[in-house]
Amino acid sequence: MAAVRVLVGTRKGAFILTSDAGRRRWKVKGPFFGGWEIYHIKGSPADPDRIYASQSSSWFGQIIQRSSDGGRSWETPGGGPTVSSDGMPQGESNKFVYDTSQTGAPLGTHQWYDGTQHPWEFRRVWHLEPSPGDPDTVYAGVEDAALFRSTDGGRTWHELAGLRGHRSASQWSPGAGGMGLHTILIDPSRPERIFVAISAAGAFRTDDGGETWRPINRGLKSDYIPDPDAEVGHCVHRIAMHPSRPNVLFMQKHWDVMRSDDAGDSWYEVSGNLPSDFGYPIEVHAHDPETVYVIPIKSDSEHYPPKGRLRVYRSRTGGNDWEPLTKGLPQRNCYVNVLRDAMAIDSLDPCGVYFGTTGGQVYASADAGDSWKPIVRDLPAVLSVEVQTLS
Amino acid sequence: MIRVVLPYHLRNLAGVESEVTVEVDGEVTIAAVLDALEARYPVLKGTIRDHATGRRRPFLRFFACQHDFSQDSMEVLLPAEVVFGAEPFLVVGSLAGG
Repeated sequence: MAAVRVLVGTRKGAFILTSDAGRRRWKVKGPFFGGWEIYHIKGSPADPDRIYASQSSSWFGQIIQRSSDGGRSWETPGGGPTVSSDGMPQGESNKFVYDTSQTGAPLGTHQWYDGTQHPWEFRRVWHLEPSPGDPDTVYAGVEDAALFRSTDGGRTWHELAGLRGHRSASQWSPGAGGMGLHTILIDPSRPERIFVAISAAGAFRTDDGGETWRPINRGLKSDYIPDPDAEVGHCVHRIAMHPSRPNVLFMQKHWDVMRSDDAGDSWYEVSGNLPSDFGYPIEVHAHDPETVYVIPIKSDSEHYPPKGRLRVYRSRTGGNDWEPLTKGLPQRNCYVNVLRDAMAIDSLDPCGVYFGTTGGQVYASADAGDSWKPIVRDLPAVLSVEVQTLS
Repeated sequence: MIRVVLPYHLRNLAGVESEVTVEVDGEVTIAAVLDALEARYPVLKGTIRDHATGRRRPFLRFFACQHDFSQDSMEVLLPAEVVFGAEPFLVVGSLAGG
């Protein structure tokens, strides 16, 4: 019997919501890691019982948690009282140190909010992306922007420094929430091809497993960038891909919903009739790669839905033509936000769509967006939502 | 035997109920106490001192015997009361809230 497990990261802990395939009745477990910010929690496609969580705090820094039993128990990989061969204590699962050996250059600087240069400083892991094929391999997108990889189940992490070593890195600058690498998409048919996105540097692609990278931002227009052909500096909020068609990408940019049909080599706008093309998450239907979901937000000065009406917009045409999905969602006095990692799709038929709000609600649709119900209403502000379809 | 008092979240992380004790060979400095603490509880590595710089994390402070050691060198010698276990070494999280 199929089941669904929704993994929710919040400002004050993680929660795990489970249901059978009907997706009508839900059990809520948590908080796990109460009081800590859980920027992201995601399961391995290769082993659904393997789950990784990014736990962080302004006081105590970064922790990586790992479960090997579907979230019933957790451990910090390598955090036990073991001693390495050189006699030093281990416990390096939270050690994210920028690697200068690969680039051969000093750590360097990036652009700060005021245009000056600022040293690279690790702050937190924004996004964890387990490998499609190996439960012990997981990627981490971090702030200040860089990509790390662990091949030992999160015990140790190594930077794929070719990305941060790109010649444009000194021009990367933080968005309002920091300079985070928040999107990691692995091409399922070609795992050496990885797409990442950084606020506010833009999108990048590697075709050689992370050794070399190139910006893929042609066609993006950002009013705050004087150069219309700027290679970097675009505030990409999220990119989505359907696994059956990895060359087609959908992007929610700071403003504008964009599409690429050539693996990011070029982009064109598909905002169409959206009431606002500002927003954060974007997702693709599990079974129809031309059906796309976004959640418009009024503006970058007012981070809430237009007219206080929480609406998911669905396009069945790959963009441009969008329909509002309202049934079961609050259509008055709603002033929450939905963050970039806080929407997910299950793979049942019809597929389920899930999103969490800064007001602590997690909404679910068991009919591909036609109707919605809150699974849970009063969590801390939701930072991320992921879903696992279990067989 | 050195007694160390940790803030709530670090006690949870280390899986300890109250104050912990560590043994230090040689001079009892802040760094030596933290080294011993991390050796016993590796999960605490990086949570008190930054992994890359080794410096105290900005929102944490160190106290012992009614003295603030937060701005002192990591190599400063701690008082005899701490060395002999009469007083604890305190790792304190800065306050947040109203």
